[in-house]
Amino acid sequence: MIEHFNYSYAYYEYYYTNKYLGNGVSSQTLIRSFTMEQNPVVEVKNVHKSFKSVHAVKGVNLSILPGHFIALLGPNGAGKTTLVEMIEGIQKPDRGEILLLGKKWSGNEEEIHRNIGISLQETRFVDKLTVGETLKLFASFYRLNNSRVTEIIELIELEEKRKAYVQNLSGGQRQRLALGIALLNKPRILLLDEPTTGLDPNARREVWAILKKLKEESKTSMILTTHYMEEAEQLCDYIIIIDKGRIIREGTLDQLLNHEINHKTIEFTLETTTATAELFIPCNFEIKYDDLSGKGSAYINNMETELPELLSYFRKKDLTLKNLECRKNTLDDLFTSLTGRHLNE
Amino acid sequence: MNRFSQYQLFQLTLAYFKEIVREPGVLFWGIIFPILMSLGLGIAFTKKADTERNIAVVSVQDEGTAETNSGLSRALSRFGEKNISDEGDFAEYKISIPNEKLGNTIFLLQEMTWDEAMTGLKRGSVNLIITEQDHHILYHFDPANPDAQLSYLKLSYLFDKDTLPLSNTSEYIAPLEVQGTRYIDFLIPGLIAMGIMMSTMWGISYGIIEKRSKKLLRRMVATPMKKSNFLIGMITVRIGMNFIESVLLFLFAWWVFDIQIQGSIPAVIAIFIAGNVAFAGIAIFISSRTAKTEIGNGLINVVVFPMMLLSGIFFSYHNFPESVIPYIQKMPLTMVADGIRSIFIEGAGFAQVSVPLIVLTSIGVVFFTAGLKMFKWY
Repeated sequence: MIEHFNYSYAYYEYYYTNKYLGNGVSSQTLIRSFTMEQNPVVEVKNVHKSFKSVHAVKGVNLSILPGHFIALLGPNGAGKTTLVEMIEGIQKPDRGEILLLGKKWSGNEEEIHRNIGISLQETRFVDKLTVGETLKLFASFYRLNNSRVTEIIELIELEEKRKAYVQNLSGGQRQRLALGIALLNKPRILLLDEPTTGLDPNARREVWAILKKLKEESKTSMILTTHYMEEAEQLCDYIIIIDKGRIIREGTLDQLLNHEINHKTIEFTLETTTATAELFIPCNFEIKYDDLSGKGSAYINNMETELPELLSYFRKKDLTLKNLECRKNTLDDLFTSLTGRHLNE
Repeated sequence: MNRFSQYQLFQLTLAYFKEIVREPGVLFWGIIFPILMSLGLGIAFTKKADTERNIAVVSVQDEGTAETNSGLSRALSRFGEKNISDEGDFAEYKISIPNEKLGNTIFLLQEMTWDEAMTGLKRGSVNLIITEQDHHILYHFDPANPDAQLSYLKLSYLFDKDTLPLSNTSEYIAPLEVQGTRYIDFLIPGLIAMGIMMSTMWGISYGIIEKRSKKLLRRMVATPMKKSNFLIGMITVRIGMNFIESVLLFLFAWWVFDIQIQGSIPAVIAIFIAGNVAFAGIAIFISSRTAKTEIGNGLINVVVFPMMLLSGIFFSYHNFPESVIPYIQKMPLTMVADGIRSIFIEGAGFAQVSVPLIVLTSIGVVFFTAGLKMFKWY
């Protein structure tokens, strides 16, 4: 076991050294020979955390392999930030253990800090420093020079804003700057807490584009917290759904959506005002109907057989349709079916 | 300290310096405001302007005695220059006591009712009330008010002895106008000391608390940044800015009021640095926990306000009761102000300021260490 650990550690050292030298070719073979035996870069073991009146995290376990992008998806107040701040070393767990690169925070702060990149939920940088100066300041903490600052400015596409004061940046540009700072040291672990909350859809997509590029080009592992299901779907290989301090489901997007028996939804609105929820009980699949709004949802598995069945049922009961829509289930549907609430509530 | 750490410290210092100088208010409040204050106070207290005092005359004639030719009205018409006011009912007299050495004193005596006179006394627009009883002039004033006492002495001398008090030609009055004895000589060292305290306390405490509330502090310590570099950079910039502010204030006072440093310049620099160290330590201590600027505000005021009031910045603390003076003298601001003053105007050197130097530095080190121990980075 010990030998095994040393191996995978050596692989990292080698890989990163080469990357700094810009000599990525010879390292490729090495990576291939070791990827079969990867150790997790982040391990969270039965972690608990309470504040005065809230039990924020209740026994969470997770582990993340190199190069994997993980989403912690959940509504506000689910405990995502507390969990991620414990991984970031900002808060200490009451119980349980957290290992980054196989090491505990205590006593290894310097080394871990060198290898992680963080974007906190809301950091406001110095208003009267420019984008370039802010990056240069943070680069000095990692012993990095100006060429890395230029690389980052290109990556986050803020070339035109290099000399602009931080106070004059838009919300999206600020978020990209925060991301740029997190990426300065080519971190092995990237921890992003709600990186796109409060941004408009365009600005959000710009942040996603940077992260997708990062995924293609580097071996960085990422943990991202979000309450936007699209963000988790777009960026992450593995999604952990959190609610009230517990993991309630986890898996790849496919696993999560096909996990339930009924993984497609038909949403309909009726013209007929006399229909009641009881009317749909005899159907072969689950239907939720709200007689106040006239809206209903049918949870089905096979569109080809079950959709005609539903339509003929409507005809039989003399119900007139106003609107009908068929779609694949989303993470929000899954969350709703598990908790009765929506993700963005 | 290796070269890498030096580079990090340099970048932190540079960033903090830019942050400060790019704030336009810094130039005004740090540099122009103290200069304006020294100019205003210096002129107000240095120039020998005429002293003008309002005296209320309450006549008791209307109470039936009908003594129109009383001692008071005789004295008033003998020394005073009568003006009939616009209203016409009440007479106004002007008594001038000219004096080249001390400046002229002008008394404006106005007839009014007792109630009006009392209101004037309470408001401070009248500092002495004169009435007459059995042919004697009575003076009513607050015995705790030295200015009223002086008015009484001058007027009673004039009325009783029939001659001007404080003769112009008195050879026993020798006004001191040499450097070091004027009010401005007292004021400038005080303003420099106050500038050090205010800039350091507000600059460093606010800087830290603001960065903490913006969550910038926790972002910065989530890197391999050395925490001590962050604080040292901040203190360095603050001392540098204070140095510029103090030098400009001194140069201005030297140019306008001909202020001189009579003692050792290296000793001035030493006490300046010790003062900065003391206040920087206190500033870090009080900003070590809170993330709320409102709380920071209160904490800074708790420290700054008593010293502003007691440390003899604008007026000597020797007017406070004897029993509290030893405590006042142990306050950091008093030590800095007295230290700079003794070098500026008494010609002191290192030997005379060695105790405050050691005490101030120790205060700084103790508070800095304690502050760092309980410092909340997250």
